[in-house]
Amino acid sequence: MIRSELIQKIADDNPHLYQRDVERIVNTIFDEITDAMSRGDRVELRGFGAFSVKQRDARVGRNPRTGESVEVEEKHVPFFKTGKLLRDRLNGK
Amino acid sequence: MGEKTLTRMDLSEAVFREVGLSRNESAELVEAVLGHMSDALVDGEQVKISSFGTFSIRDKAARVGRNPKTGEEVPIQPRRVLTFRPSHLMKERVAAGNKR
Repeated sequence: MIRSELIQKIADDNPHLYQRDVERIVNTIFDEITDAMSRGDRVELRGFGAFSVKQRDARVGRNPRTGESVEVEEKHVPFFKTGKLLRDRLNGK
Repeated sequence: MGEKTLTRMDLSEAVFREVGLSRNESAELVEAVLGHMSDALVDGEQVKISSFGTFSIRDKAARVGRNPKTGEEVPIQPRRVLTFRPSHLMKERVAAGNKR
């Protein structure tokens, strides 16, 4: 399923809404999650899962081609943990 | 760096502000989005949201695990797990926003 198919499903369920509003609704939800994580906030959606930010410490990496050492800066990466309800549903519980 | 935790309520509040539906309907739409995504994943479908990320299902084989406290061996059944791969855009935005 891709973004446009998700929008279509919501539009089909809600014939009273304009298609462009459904697009805005779906986009707002995803934008809000990304915005929260770029502020370092968590987004916890019970039953579905939680989005959070993990810190990766600075380290000395290596260029795999040349074997040369390179300093890799500390960075922050997005992380998702599946919620219990969804995890159970995936396994037919 | 922020320490806040957002919930469904914050997402529906954002929808409410953005589109001007009632708070109730905004909350129902947030639920509908999560519901459709969950249903697709349970059906084994990949969910690919451009510029956000991709949720996919992976099959894990059975293996022998160990209770880390007692050292006792326990069988772990084969199972399906969900993984999320953030888009490049999301990775860039999260890295940039949290840089100090």
